[in-house]
Amino acid sequence: LGLKMLSAQNFGESGKMKEYHYAGPTEHRFSPYAFNGGTVLAVAGEDFAIVASDTRLSEGYSIHSRDSPKCYKLTDTTVLGCSGFHGDCLTLTKIIDARLKMYKHSNNKTMTSGAIAAMLSTILYSRRFFPYYVYNIIGGLDEQGKGAVYSFDPVGSYQRDTYKAGGSASAMLQPLLDNQIGFKNMEGVEHVPLTKDKAVQLVKDVFVSAAERDVYTGDALRICIVTKEGIEEQNIPLRKD
Amino acid sequence: LAFMSFCLFDFFVFRNSILESEASKVGFSVPTARKTGTTICGVVFKDGIVLGADTRATEGMVVADKNCSKIHYISPNIYCCGAGTAADTEMTTQIISSNLELHALSTGRQPRVATANRMLKQMLFRYQGYIGAALVLGGVDCNGPHLYSIYPHGSTDKLPYVTMGSGSLAAMAVFEDRYKTGMEEEEAKQLVRDAIAAGIFNDLGSGSNIDLCVITKGNVDYIRPHDEANKKGVRLSYELDPEPVTGDYRYKRGTTAVLSKVVNPLDLELLEETVQTMDTS
Repeated sequence: LGLKMLSAQNFGESGKMKEYHYAGPTEHRFSPYAFNGGTVLAVAGEDFAIVASDTRLSEGYSIHSRDSPKCYKLTDTTVLGCSGFHGDCLTLTKIIDARLKMYKHSNNKTMTSGAIAAMLSTILYSRRFFPYYVYNIIGGLDEQGKGAVYSFDPVGSYQRDTYKAGGSASAMLQPLLDNQIGFKNMEGVEHVPLTKDKAVQLVKDVFVSAAERDVYTGDALRICIVTKEGIEEQNIPLRKD
Repeated sequence: LAFMSFCLFDFFVFRNSILESEASKVGFSVPTARKTGTTICGVVFKDGIVLGADTRATEGMVVADKNCSKIHYISPNIYCCGAGTAADTEMTTQIISSNLELHALSTGRQPRVATANRMLKQMLFRYQGYIGAALVLGGVDCNGPHLYSIYPHGSTDKLPYVTMGSGSLAAMAVFEDRYKTGMEEEEAKQLVRDAIAAGIFNDLGSGSNIDLCVITKGNVDYIRPHDEANKKGVRLSYELDPEPVTGDYRYKRGTTAVLSKVVNPLDLELLEETVQTMDTS
């Protein structure tokens, strides 16, 4: 007498026994990337630029750090915001710093925002087949002193914008910016140019909203305001849950 | 004579699981169920049970509900916290609550926590883990306070303190540090509050507020919220004059463009008018 306990899973639709599918050899690969979360945002005004990022560094369901800002000061007139894989963010900023120094020493002048953007594009594309998993946004002042924002994809495609959001909550922030700064989908509204104070208030509100709904965004907000006087930093607390 | 005997439960065809696997082979992705990515916990104290839960429901890594209720009613003396798939915890607890009420009427006695536990585990085992409900069941009955943790595949543990959900490790760390047998009510409430807070602040799947449910013999305190640990746009530091936190984003009339307008008048004729009085006594 052979007694076997069979569960319902062993029976198929018709009631006959199913064939036993064993899983077979599965390949487990090491992934060189990790996703550390974070959101960055940049807005260009008439004579200023704002680069803002949250300061939470996470992985999976855990938080690595509540105080890891993603804005990196490159020159007196340019700030880079990068989010994505933190390891690549660190390496990329190191490489950019070195290249800035090299340029300064050979050309005896500081790199302009536009030049940094073009250089970043080539640096990212040089790793086309093993990309830097980083979403970059550069904010700064151009040669005429007007605000400039350059947004990138991980392999170096870039364009100049008036405003751009990147990182984990970018899909939540970008439509709000399109509406409030780009005046999209609004009829009969006067296109007032954005003042620095209104822009800063908008950035704070936008991040507060992002922290409500995106689990990767929160803890604190670091705002870097770039004007011809220099770079001013502000820290605003956000939800910590 | 080759003889095969098999366990006598009803012949269940897991039609949906077959559908899912066949659909994914063709390329359709099954809609992701909303998971609660939760921190829930329970503790036995001197006079009864304290259950606690956070209030965040997530869909992937986006918050779907900032203030959902995770402590479910089973019977007047039994409540159940649920983690895992939101629909599964909601429906499972409602089904068992309904069956338990009928059972109580049939026996003529107050329902026991062990009965609810048995019913839940037998249902979850029947579905072989496909119902993603991880529960913390607690209540006070004629035999005293009881606390169970119930896993999606149908196993249960009867313990003095339990945690479940993605934030269970954070909450358990607090329990293992400070749990004592025979605590007073305030001490137990504070312990559960701190355990849930640990989950809320250290686990990305949990957040918002802390709900508590204190069950003692003859009395239930459903405290929702017990602690609003996170408010939108409000600083945690208690300054005396808070500055206005948000800008004004109201739209003026006419901001949304009306592209075209069509008016269809309905020509109606009054044929008959009757008055029917309502009995409002």
